[in-house]
Amino acid sequence: MATTGIDTPGRAQVGVKTLRQDAWWIQPALVVLGLTAFVAYGIWRVFWGSHTYYSAPYISIFYSPCIASSCVPGADEFAFIGSWWAWTPALLVAWIPLGFRLTCYYYRKAYFRSYWLSPPACAVAEPRKNYTGERRFPLILNNSHRWFFYLGLLLALILTYDAVLAFRDPQGQWGHMGLGTVLLIINAFCLWAYTLSCHSCRNTIAGRLNHFSKHPVRYRMWTIVSRWNRHHPKWAWISLATIVIADYYVYLLASGHLTDPRFF
Amino acid sequence: MAYTAHFKVWRGDGSGGALQDFDVEVNEGEVVLDIIHRLQATQTPDLAVRWNCKAGKCGSCSAEINGRPRLMCMTRMSTFTEEQTIAVTPMRTFPVIRDLVTDVSYNYEKARMVPSFAPPADLAPGDYRMAQVDVERSQEFRKCIECFLCQDVCHVIRDHEPNKESYSGPRFLIRLAELDMHPLDTVDRRDVAVEDHGLGFCNITKCCTEVCPEGIKITDNGIIPLKERVVDKRYDPVFSVGSLFRKGQKRSAPPT
Repeated sequence: MATTGIDTPGRAQVGVKTLRQDAWWIQPALVVLGLTAFVAYGIWRVFWGSHTYYSAPYISIFYSPCIASSCVPGADEFAFIGSWWAWTPALLVAWIPLGFRLTCYYYRKAYFRSYWLSPPACAVAEPRKNYTGERRFPLILNNSHRWFFYLGLLLALILTYDAVLAFRDPQGQWGHMGLGTVLLIINAFCLWAYTLSCHSCRNTIAGRLNHFSKHPVRYRMWTIVSRWNRHHPKWAWISLATIVIADYYVYLLASGHLTDPRFF
Repeated sequence: MAYTAHFKVWRGDGSGGALQDFDVEVNEGEVVLDIIHRLQATQTPDLAVRWNCKAGKCGSCSAEINGRPRLMCMTRMSTFTEEQTIAVTPMRTFPVIRDLVTDVSYNYEKARMVPSFAPPADLAPGDYRMAQVDVERSQEFRKCIECFLCQDVCHVIRDHEPNKESYSGPRFLIRLAELDMHPLDTVDRRDVAVEDHGLGFCNITKCCTEVCPEGIKITDNGIIPLKERVVDKRYDPVFSVGSLFRKGQKRSAPPT
């Protein structure tokens, strides 16, 4: 059967998928390891962490905002979903960061290369015979990134609020700080850096304009976002790590494995 | 210091061919194209290679060196070890004419499909006035030397020949982005980008950016902003509703 790939009749027939001599497979392999580890951790926390997501005054990012009436006391500030919700309250919010990252332009590169092998690396032939791109269901849903960006902004605000609430002690008195406060602040900062350096943010701020000179303030903001946008992949990974660190710390506190060191 | 390098150069044409071995002298400061020329001069005078400026500005000597799409004139021999075998093949996305020369006419056919720059009808040539901040985004894309390495590396057509019919490749998506961002252009190219040039095929794997010898941020500054402009029009309700109340001249569809 005639091939339609790099061995298409008429092209130079080399006989191998790639002549690259470097270790091109390392990067996709590392991405698979990193993302798979995160997904496994997330599944564990979402489905098996429903009793270890809150230790006053800290709440796990996977459960915030906790909007089900089944949320543990202290974490149920925004609860408006009734007792009919029988599953873990994390499912009510975790789809937002999940969707934001699944449709993110950086993660698309990462998973298309690493999981889809489409392509596994530049100038390395992909294994599939057909490719239709992001024009059909389900990959056309990647165009919903803008919606998730708006929701991601809202979530970043709520997580900042959580970090502010962490300046209380376990009894709810203000003016205190522990190691958890520091971790939640760092996590909120990294999430803001990831969210605001996103390509959708860059377009929404001013990228969609053709006359920067008529909008000097938006242009100035666009230059700042563009500068951060160059580091978007870095923030994608750093924020993933801070999510795990902050959440695992809350787990350790809530499960009684650790006592929060208080600074004041 | 001169040394002898081992080269494998693809020889053949559209009906077949293979990598041929050569041992050839390499001198300090040389690039791969120098070595190809030495092969022509000393061992294989009928080796076909397309080249012109030897300065990375004409985009003629595109090839694949050790499997990576590169300009032969901009690939220094000092980036390889003396023991390394260096494989040089033609671009593997396009039909080969002979040896290292490929038929890149696909790109010119796609170029003709891009709607031309269309300034306002009442603006005469010579009266164009634009602020620098308004044109500098487009100017990045004007650095393109049309070496077609981005087209060569793009897996959408490299690994799937049938997609050539409905996908134009990164070079022409940034041409569309360049015109769509142009402050004096009056044509809305977003639907054309999706329907005629296959913008949706691109899955942002950024290989085009990695191989661009001019360092153009093809994906981040061209294709993603173009995709985002399509999202503005087709998928974002906030902008869709907002555009109903926006003042000013609306952009038109391109002439058919």
